Amino acid sequence: MPQAKKRQQRLLADPLVAESLFAFKLVLTMSLIEAQDITKIYSFGDVELRALGGVSTTIEKGEFVAIMGPSGSGKSTFMNILGCLDKPTGGVYRIEGIDTKDLARDELAEVRNSKIGFVFQGFNLLSRTSAIENVELPMLYNGLAAKERHDRAREALKAVGLEQREHNHPNQLSGGQQQRVAIARALVNRAPIILADEPTGNLDTKTSEEIMNLFVRLNNESGITIILVTHEPDIAAYSRRIIRFKDGHIVNDEKK
Amino acid sequence: MINLPSTIRIAFRSLRVNKMRSALTMLGIIIGVGAVIAMIAVGSGASARIAEQISSMGSNLLIILPGTTTAGGVRMGMGSQPTLSMGDAEAILRECPAVEAVAPTHGGVAQLVAGHMNWSTGVTGTTPGFFLVRDWQLAAGRYFTDQDVKSATKVALLGQTVVDNLFGDQNPVGQSIRIKNVPFQVIGVLERKGQSPQGQDQDDAVYIPVTTAQKKLFGAQFPGMVRIILVKARSTDALNAAERQIGDLLRQRHHIGQKQDNDFTVRNLTQIMQTAEQSSKVMTLLLGAIASVSLLVGGIGIMNIMLVSVTERTREIGIRMAIGAKTWDIRLQFLIEALALSLMGGVIGIILGVSSSVVISTMSGWPTVVSPLSIVLAFGFSGVVGIFFGFYPAYKASLLNPIDALRYE
Ligand SMILES: Nc1ncnc2c1ncn2[C@@H]1O[C@H](COP(=O)(O)OP(=O)(O)O)[C@@H](O)[C@H]1O
Ligand SMILES: [Mg+2]
Repeated sequence: MPQAKKRQQRLLADPLVAESLFAFKLVLTMSLIEAQDITKIYSFGDVELRALGGVSTTIEKGEFVAIMGPSGSGKSTFMNILGCLDKPTGGVYRIEGIDTKDLARDELAEVRNSKIGFVFQGFNLLSRTSAIENVELPMLYNGLAAKERHDRAREALKAVGLEQREHNHPNQLSGGQQQRVAIARALVNRAPIILADEPTGNLDTKTSEEIMNLFVRLNNESGITIILVTHEPDIAAYSRRIIRFKDGHIVNDEKK
Repeated sequence: MINLPSTIRIAFRSLRVNKMRSALTMLGIIIGVGAVIAMIAVGSGASARIAEQISSMGSNLLIILPGTTTAGGVRMGMGSQPTLSMGDAEAILRECPAVEAVAPTHGGVAQLVAGHMNWSTGVTGTTPGFFLVRDWQLAAGRYFTDQDVKSATKVALLGQTVVDNLFGDQNPVGQSIRIKNVPFQVIGVLERKGQSPQGQDQDDAVYIPVTTAQKKLFGAQFPGMVRIILVKARSTDALNAAERQIGDLLRQRHHIGQKQDNDFTVRNLTQIMQTAEQSSKVMTLLLGAIASVSLLVGGIGIMNIMLVSVTERTREIGIRMAIGAKTWDIRLQFLIEALALSLMGGVIGIILGVSSSVVISTMSGWPTVVSPLSIVLAFGFSGVVGIFFGFYPAYKASLLNPIDALRYE
């Protein structure tokens, strides 16, 4: 026994072994999303506005998180940083262990393309472009063949229950349908994360419920991590964790 | 990893959405390319015509006229006194090594009659050297010979226009005509030459031996004198030498002192025509350059519209960036749009340019030459214009901040 222990110590003294063990530990303990002391400051001349005043949190794979808080509390600012659409003024943001500070413009585009699906309050579909073409859009930027793009777009539209409306343009679809097209677009690249900033903000109660049930299903069945911003407790109730913002800080974070 | 076919499709779709705007933007390029092609066609047509006239005149041609030239090139009292003689012509051929052939001429306008047809035209007496100097081939019959000149025979060579007017479709060779009532035998017909650089019909002419002209037709106020001597130099390079040798020889023969003005003028016709050809080429370039300015203006129009388009579509750019479009995806989308506008404009402009050159030449009778090179150049240039003026808007679009673009109202 003491001999085995000695051998183990010798092994650990080897820097290469130590390093790989460390890396292994890192991967095991790595969170999907890791924000450390994130700040975002907008300055207008002399006046500074601290939209985020040091936000730290981690979100694991498969979580369903609702972010709540009063208007102007920094929820959207935080979401945009999570989505690599915006850069924090200070702090560290890691996605799958990668520090986003180290990423160049096009590498960030690649992260958005492959890791994140966005769902916006205002849908943000391309007008004059059919539903299926909107859904195909993310795949234009990762080099999938036309046939594969088409198949996957149809599959995604089917997953949100819009297989009949493939060729309709956004202005021929209801708000709920448009939001479902946006969700299909967020799904189509099989991104592990969906970021939704007030996805039901423009929808009536019944449609909101449908959309939320869709999110729940995606979270349960496909293990997609969902982070959504909402004002409404009814909507937040679908999630399993609620993070509350106030004045650019997290004031409460509770899991059910 | 840029998806070119899709990018092209996206670009064309957005051009289709704004049909009117795309068409108006293209118009600048259409007019530019059309103008470049039409202008170059008109200009090269003029050059080609001059070149053709040079060769119809005969190559390496000098003309010796009686009378003097001032420093400014204005002829003084040309032809007022006959100072050139048959002897001068013979001496030039004999003593100037740079000269290949000479042709003294003496003639005037005369009435021709053949059967019941008549026609009035210039009748020129000359020597067989004339046809060598002018590079003028026979269409039928034969030239007159030195023997004909020596014995002043009454034989005539007719130009095509004279044949058309006196004989119609009949063969004139062997027929007889009357010139100023003197009977002549037609021994040959000259090939058709067309217009001279001065716009005269060179085929409206009759040639007879110079001695016959002097003795039988136009009298000899001063016997042995001729109106003009045509000279063919051995080569283009020999033109200046020939001019000098002739000058020296004639000053000596005419006993002209050091300080005296020449009583003759040597004109280097080939050089004059080459200068004309050169200046018509410069003119072509100038016209092309002016037309290129409109192409440039068309390019600025494209840039303007592309900048408007980038601003209008800021949100679209934001959406594309949010879902993963990289710098060059955005850049190419707008570049291809600009390129499509300019190349489509280029193709339509080429069609317009070619058809307007055809219209110009049928309406005005000016010859036009549409060179394939000008088409290739115009097309290439419009592509360059598209890329050049499309790049800045595309570059601007690609540098937008994703979140700012998405929030743009
Ligand atoms: N681009 C911007 N420029 C300046 N101030 C901004 C910008 N975006 C957000 N803000 C400010 O930051 C604060 C947080 O905004 P936001 O994150 O949109 O709040 P929420 O989404 O919680 O309503 C607000 O005071 C807002 O006015
Ligand atoms: Mg917000």
